[in-house]
Amino acid sequence: MLESSVLFSLRLSFQVAAVATFFIIVVGVTVAYFLAQRNFKGKEMLDMLFTLPLVLPPTVTGYYLIILFGRNGLIGKQIYEWTGWSIMFTWYAAVLASFVVALPLMIKTTRAAIESIDKNLINASYTLGHSEFETTVKVILPLAKRGIMAGTVLSFARALGEFGATLMLAGNIPGKTDTMPLAIYSLAGSGEWSQANCMVILLTLMSGFFLYFANRYSKRFI
Amino acid sequence: MISIGLSLFTTEVAIAADKQEITVSAAISLKNVFEEIRKLFEEKYKGVKVTFNFGASGDLVRQIDGGAPVDVFASAAQKDMDEAEKRGLIVPDSRVNFAGNSIVLIIPADSKLGIQTFQDLRHNQVKKIAAGNPKTVPVGRYAEEVFVHFKLFTVIKEKLIYAEHVRQVLDYVARGEVDAGVVYMTDAIVRAKDVRIITTATENSHKPVIYPAAVVSKTGKRGIAEAFVIFLASEESRKVFEQYGFKVPGKNSRQRL
Repeated sequence: MLESSVLFSLRLSFQVAAVATFFIIVVGVTVAYFLAQRNFKGKEMLDMLFTLPLVLPPTVTGYYLIILFGRNGLIGKQIYEWTGWSIMFTWYAAVLASFVVALPLMIKTTRAAIESIDKNLINASYTLGHSEFETTVKVILPLAKRGIMAGTVLSFARALGEFGATLMLAGNIPGKTDTMPLAIYSLAGSGEWSQANCMVILLTLMSGFFLYFANRYSKRFI
Repeated sequence: MISIGLSLFTTEVAIAADKQEITVSAAISLKNVFEEIRKLFEEKYKGVKVTFNFGASGDLVRQIDGGAPVDVFASAAQKDMDEAEKRGLIVPDSRVNFAGNSIVLIIPADSKLGIQTFQDLRHNQVKKIAAGNPKTVPVGRYAEEVFVHFKLFTVIKEKLIYAEHVRQVLDYVARGEVDAGVVYMTDAIVRAKDVRIITTATENSHKPVIYPAAVVSKTGKRGIAEAFVIFLASEESRKVFEQYGFKVPGKNSRQRL
């Protein structure tokens, strides 16, 4: 019942989601920190820009990503001319798509978490002579831990389920870029219901697990 | 006076009852030519409106099987129509072959790779080749047949990028996302500015591309649906098909290959 193609899609989905989530944590926490702790002109515009993929249909996000990273795209063309390589139709494109659509989740939850930290604690840290970096690492991040974990779990789940933008950027190439959602789409489209059933059940169970853990970690942040 | 009025009135009512819309599910390679044919059909049958649902033939069969409210089905291969017939989705007597096509190899208009034949696809410089997904779209099956015929399939398999339907293959090539692609001649013509036709696959390298159309069994507009299918095989339509680069069946033929 667990054919090699099902196992491949399973492995690929996790690989893509894990890599995307790694970058989401690094970029997301950093951006959330600056949005929470700094004031600068255009801050809310920046926040909006980062939040857009959350509200835009994934196909619109995918469209913009093609304009940027397609082989003749604004950025993609430069990359192609320098290296002869294009991200289109590779699993990296799937990572990019997942990264862009799930990042807002991380930023939102982390920013809220940081903003709700008692300012006195932060100020106390500074009063005691810690630098901003030390304060961030030793005081702010640990106190925002629940929000960050909630963001991580949500982002991972979102990355795992990404379809529209992934389909447009990575294509649905069997054995190369067919993540679970894409594979299910193909299987359902060609009437291969038993294999599709298998994947759907797996994906549903896993998403259920993640929601459960997300809820446990962060009663306030969802 | 009154009787004339009454008879006109009843005729009006009869036409009004027929003043209807039909939905035609058609292979996406028929998009441009069908839109032209629709104009002629709607002019001939005033008051009738035709709505198109374009897609990959395999997907369209699946939709009809799933109960999609469609009145006519036109596919890009006999196989999909055969499947529809087998499942009782179409009225077998209404089935008619109305056009044919050829398979071509295309490259992006600004490609510098110098591909000249199907065999050139073997070269290392050709990294990505777009083709339809053989599971859902006829053009994908035809492409596979061509690759197998030229003993290329196993060699280029790794380079294949499967698309959902022929227009997506066309778009991938036109946008330069891939180095080459396999589409119908008529699609390449539609985007003649963005793609270059390198060569046409010889007829013996794939099953003949013959488009059948038929009335869907569950239609509620049998009369109009039949009229549309018959119109597709008419002399007027033939001219339009030829204009767009399709092949047309000989005058006396009811080819069934």
